[in-house]
Amino acid sequence: MSVPFSTQLVNVLAALLLLIAFALLSQRRVLTLIRLFALQGAVLTASTVVVAWSTGYSDLYVSAGITLVLKVILIPWILHRLIDRLFIRWDVETLINIPTTMLVGIGLVIFSFALATPISQMASTLTRSTLGIALATVLLSFLMMIVRRKAVPQVIGFLAMENGLLFAATTATFGMPLVWELGVALDVLVATLIFGIFFFHIREQFDSLDIRHMEKLRQD
Amino acid sequence: MNAWTAAGFQILQSVFVVLAAPLLMGWVNQCRAWLQNRSAPSILLPYFTLAKLFHKDAVVARNASPLFRATPYVLFGCMWLAAGIVPVLATGLPFAPAADIIALVGVFALARVFSALAAMDTGTSFGGLGARREMLIGFLAEPAMLMTLFTAAFISGSTQLTTIVDTLAHRDFALYPSLAFAAVAFLMVLLAENARIPIDNPATHLELTMIHEAMILEYSARHLALIEWAAAIKLFAYMTIGIALFVPWGIASAGDWHALPSAVGALVAKLALAGAGLALIETLLAKLRLLLAPEFLSSAFLLGVLGMLTHFLVQG
Repeated sequence: MSVPFSTQLVNVLAALLLLIAFALLSQRRVLTLIRLFALQGAVLTASTVVVAWSTGYSDLYVSAGITLVLKVILIPWILHRLIDRLFIRWDVETLINIPTTMLVGIGLVIFSFALATPISQMASTLTRSTLGIALATVLLSFLMMIVRRKAVPQVIGFLAMENGLLFAATTATFGMPLVWELGVALDVLVATLIFGIFFFHIREQFDSLDIRHMEKLRQD
Repeated sequence: MNAWTAAGFQILQSVFVVLAAPLLMGWVNQCRAWLQNRSAPSILLPYFTLAKLFHKDAVVARNASPLFRATPYVLFGCMWLAAGIVPVLATGLPFAPAADIIALVGVFALARVFSALAAMDTGTSFGGLGARREMLIGFLAEPAMLMTLFTAAFISGSTQLTTIVDTLAHRDFALYPSLAFAAVAFLMVLLAENARIPIDNPATHLELTMIHEAMILEYSARHLALIEWAAAIKLFAYMTIGIALFVPWGIASAGDWHALPSAVGALVAKLALAGAGLALIETLLAKLRLLLAPEFLSSAFLLGVLGMLTHFLVQG
């Protein structure tokens, strides 16, 4: 086998990331969504560590640490507290027909793979083949934000998209400059906090977290 | 290797599969009983059941056509043929070129069509209901199964099951993300096709939920025995296909008598683990509503397709 073992490992983790993106897309329960999101963060951490270990870029260890603290522990914990306070723990969301969404998802995967193939053929980094998967993860998270009706799953979709972007950055270019990464991480954290405050306001205004209510204009 | 040795291997494997299949069924039932804190029946119980059924007189509905009588034999024949094609103990058997993976899925489909026709033949409401449900599951499970097999076929560059196993068993160690997807998809198809718990409950006769049992309600005695035996062989065949695709190490090649004992040992160990795993899955999961079955199987199909796509992207 000509492919080195670390590349194989990154490929497997990338496939896992894609699988979790699909699981997020099809999951109805909010609590499971948060667990899946934490799992996605853990996979991302593992892949970042593998890339850091095989290339020797020590900055990536810091990036992996940030991912671990923020995306596996802190943000899921904040979301947990939020849904506890909002009493939506057992919320089951009705989606538009899951098999259809999945088929659209497959279409997106094919699209992003086709898009990434010429790029990865020109690249020579050891993780070039994962670019397509990272792109697919981003697009699937977009799709999740589009098809969801409730606010919390939309936020999880947003955060999952950030995971996909970070994965693309670590595997394609071995990470962004550390300052940027710190900034992005802080942004995501602040965004989560602000979303939390929004949840309460939406809830107060409409008695529900269903964002369809926000489309109605007030009639004075 | 001369033709006679190979033929000997083929006969040995076919007889072995037919005789060992009820044992696997008994083992799964035993594990399930243990996990549910019941005292387990003997592992040999399926043999006793078969012997009992063979000694009874068969009762056939007055308006049943010859199709109804022929179906148990067709089912048994199909499953036995499938068990002869799958490399259970050895690769390169003389039967293997008879059918590649697509034809193998076709053999299973033939059995399914016959059992559905026979179920509708007597005109009872349960039979028709079971047949319709079986076809619903079947037409969704088949593409998922094919996608799974195609993933393995792409890796080894052949649709012959024996070539696939040869390639996969004698390669250097490598992680294949595409095979991981395919393995999960295959597991889901295995559960659906063999009427196991998330889709169907093999131990129920509750009319609202049964699928496989509803189709064979009209059968008795030797006909029922053959159908039950065929179901056991089907489970055995599916498990050995799974083993052949995803954990093929330790398989012998035809004519190599010295490798045979270790191949049998490896197979028994893998099957014991797989049976215990199946029992665990059945204990942990609840049965899905019938209307959720398409969702379950479309997820299996999705995983199969994803596996294939991943293979093209990462070449592994």
